[in-house]
Amino acid sequence: MIKVVHYINQFYGGIGGEEKADIKPEIRKGTVGPGMALKGALGEDAQIVATVICGDSYFNENLEEATSEILEMVKEYEPDLFIAGPAFNAGRYGVACGSICKAVKDSLNIPVISGMYPENPGAEMFKKDLHIIETANAATGMRQAIPAMAKLSLKLVKGEEIGPPSDEGYIPRGIRKNIFREERGSKRAVNILVAKLKGEEFETEYAMPDFDRVEPNPAIVDLKNAKIALVTSGGIVPKGNPDRIEASSASKYGKYDIEGVTDLTAETYETAHGGYDPVYANEDADRVLPVDVMRDLEKEGIIGGLHRYFYTTVGNGTSVANSKKFASTFTKELVSDGVQAVILTST
Amino acid sequence: MVKEIERAGLPVVHICTVVPISLTVGANRIVPAVAIPHPLGNPALSKKDEKELRRELVLKALKALQTEVDGQTVFEK
Repeated sequence: MIKVVHYINQFYGGIGGEEKADIKPEIRKGTVGPGMALKGALGEDAQIVATVICGDSYFNENLEEATSEILEMVKEYEPDLFIAGPAFNAGRYGVACGSICKAVKDSLNIPVISGMYPENPGAEMFKKDLHIIETANAATGMRQAIPAMAKLSLKLVKGEEIGPPSDEGYIPRGIRKNIFREERGSKRAVNILVAKLKGEEFETEYAMPDFDRVEPNPAIVDLKNAKIALVTSGGIVPKGNPDRIEASSASKYGKYDIEGVTDLTAETYETAHGGYDPVYANEDADRVLPVDVMRDLEKEGIIGGLHRYFYTTVGNGTSVANSKKFASTFTKELVSDGVQAVILTST
Repeated sequence: MVKEIERAGLPVVHICTVVPISLTVGANRIVPAVAIPHPLGNPALSKKDEKELRRELVLKALKALQTEVDGQTVFEK
């Protein structure tokens, strides 16, 4: 019998939503939540002996402690296989799944697997360390994700040969494997070139890694005369969310005038973000967007000024493409408005 | 967003709680924050102390903006 330990967050564990995201890890015998479907997909050779449940915020705010606490819990069950998630496009959940999988793999030397949407930051962070099944961006993809995760994890635990990402459904790990091909390389290269020239479909044999890094800009020299803008992905909006920025997968950003505003209050501002407990931001939005402090610094002459507008969106499952589009659009405005630097806050 | 702001030529500092995510996203100047639901606050403190904490974080962010960096830099707590 293959003994499996499964990791899920507080939401899938049925403990609660964002208001419970700070719970510490616990372990329960048997299956919980999506573990039921996983159990079915794994079949009779495997048994989920225990399920670890941990709050997403607790894990991410205490990466090292949470990892070692959970590792201790997992060890006691002496599993043969460790499965985390699937996390879809939930960023904190993905980071938790990836971190704990890597720790279990390194310390217990057993196969591990998770499932994520490729834009999940956890996928980028851990795809080289473990097999991560590519999933849809939301839990509606559960029915596809679970069988794929079960299938690949059984192959891993049985020591069977693992095929390329396109066959097995995992996110490419950047691993190259030597194989024999009928035609020699020069001929294949020419064939690809010809296909490209004809505008036909072709598949490269050497995909270039996507290193999108931007060099840091020079520091501000004259802070006393610099105009600074505030930007946030924490969803701070005027009370009532006038532009109806979505609580997740935002399709737009907001630009709001804060001339004369010296303090964000519970009566005037709130958060539209659906991916963290909104209680603290709704009580005092300065906790996410520090307008009060920036005004003080402006008055004291430490900074030249706070830009008249702040820009905001909800960074919760929002696509990379949208985020890029938002920022490249509003940064043009910031530049033409004479802003010299930006403070971007994230939750 | 942080990368697009930087790409457009403005120095930018990212105040965030989960530093590994910020590193993955590609921020160059990073200031670790307090907690996910209140990056620049702590409801357990008095209003006055909380604002002082926020001021320190913002000053640290401004310091980061005044510091030349060569690649990704985390301005530790």
